[in-house]
Amino acid sequence: MEYLGIFFQEVYKILFLIVPVLVSVAMIVWLDRRVWAFVQKRQGPNVVGPFGLLQSLADALKYIFKEIIIPSSSNKVIFILAPIVTMTLALIAWAVIPFSATQVLADINVGILYLFAVSSLGVYGIIMGGWASNSKYPFLGAIRSAAQMVSYEVSIGVIIINVLLCVGSLNLNDIVIAQQNMWFVIPLFPMFVIFFISALAETNRPPFDLPEAEAELVAGYQTEYSGMMYAMFWLGEYANILLMCAMGAILFLGGWMSPIDVYPFTLVPSAIWLILKILFLFILFALVKAIVPRYRYDQLMRLGWKVFLPFSLIWVVLTASYLFYFNLLPVN
Amino acid sequence: MIAHAIFFYTFSIIAVVSAIMVTASKNTVHSVFFLILDFISISCLFIMIGAEFLGMIMLIVYVGAVAVLFLFVVMMLNVAQQKNQWFAGQQSSKHIPVGLIISTLIFVEVIIVIGGWKYKPEIFDINNSIAQTSISNTHSLGQILYTDYIHVFQISGMILLVAMVGAIVLTFRERSGVKRQSYIKQISRERAEGVEVLEVESNKGVKLDD
Repeated sequence: MEYLGIFFQEVYKILFLIVPVLVSVAMIVWLDRRVWAFVQKRQGPNVVGPFGLLQSLADALKYIFKEIIIPSSSNKVIFILAPIVTMTLALIAWAVIPFSATQVLADINVGILYLFAVSSLGVYGIIMGGWASNSKYPFLGAIRSAAQMVSYEVSIGVIIINVLLCVGSLNLNDIVIAQQNMWFVIPLFPMFVIFFISALAETNRPPFDLPEAEAELVAGYQTEYSGMMYAMFWLGEYANILLMCAMGAILFLGGWMSPIDVYPFTLVPSAIWLILKILFLFILFALVKAIVPRYRYDQLMRLGWKVFLPFSLIWVVLTASYLFYFNLLPVN
Repeated sequence: MIAHAIFFYTFSIIAVVSAIMVTASKNTVHSVFFLILDFISISCLFIMIGAEFLGMIMLIVYVGAVAVLFLFVVMMLNVAQQKNQWFAGQQSSKHIPVGLIISTLIFVEVIIVIGGWKYKPEIFDINNSIAQTSISNTHSLGQILYTDYIHVFQISGMILLVAMVGAIVLTFRERSGVKRQSYIKQISRERAEGVEVLEVESNKGVKLDD
């Protein structure tokens, strides 16, 4: 009985987190398309509901009623598992995101490592989908994405080390609280820029959307997918983008903390601040999609390995030396 | 404790079954997927015994990087010849004795280590010193790794670096005649080297030397 109570309480908490995340994923798809349209002087989706807000619901309905086609030569189990893996991994990472000092589903000691691990697992959905389709374009897309995501994860890991040197803890709430006096975006601004670009590459967003480049790979690993399975890939991708924005907000923009610690700002609930910061980063993502042309593959690899990795490694040495020399190392 | 036992047996059964499936499945890509499942359940077991740092590092390094590269190589092997069979046929059974001998050896080694740990705890005083402190797993690991074992740690890092450099040197070949983009060259190009204005007489043409 006791376990049952705990179980239902946890399920309630999880639902209270996942349902808003799913709804906001649907909303940011709309926001993405709107921003993209405004940059190009178009209207974007504006028909369904007020300002076209219900466009994503209409799209979801369309996907539900479409037939799911499973290619006869595909590896059926893995083909069906792939979108589920993508979606699940994009959602489980939200467990450790702190919305305030107490509002967090799992306040674990190694929160940032958990986020990093889950985002590095995200590549499996794409590889599984691409391989199980048993077709040339999805396979090429999967191979591209595997190489791309592994490369950019390395620099994201090094950037996280930079932040951790300043914090002295792997707990996400500690990382937020360490930014009480100054957000890390100010002292670590170059790292923030590299993190943002690496996040674009990690989530396969333009200008790094080579795994699904429409012009050359016919949407890459998603080519053989249809109906709800395609929609799950799509939702998972956007949930991953939101997650990367949340990670950026927590690591560099002070997480749930209000920008200035004075009276009218402290009234706003801290969850609102986090959401605003995530939205800010997401609009930057959307703008980049609209204004930057796609990279060539060798340029992408060069940027990851020859520019970002050495630069962020040098920055680790600089940060560590600075903290050590001025005796600012966080010791607890 | 019941919940703990349920989780432990779930993860360990998944780990053992997937470890068997790594060797039993016919398709190499399936083997790698089972290997990944094995890694994930092992890291869950690590987290269950309180070694959350090790568990996460296992996920990041083995599942996030090493297994992706495994998959990368295996998928390239022979995509067309892969059969969608889940189990290996009879013909591979002649390797079973060798495998049995090796696995018995490993099993005996593990039994010796665990037995020593269980019945002669004073031999492994390092393990006890970790368990008694109240600081978190990550801290205690760092405190031991960067103080008592710093030289071993550095040497293992150097060995990995040498292995990496060696692998690159072995496979690297300078190919001639490959067109490569040089960013510095492109950026530092002046108008004078790219464009030339010529007076061309009619019916004579012009000869460019390139």
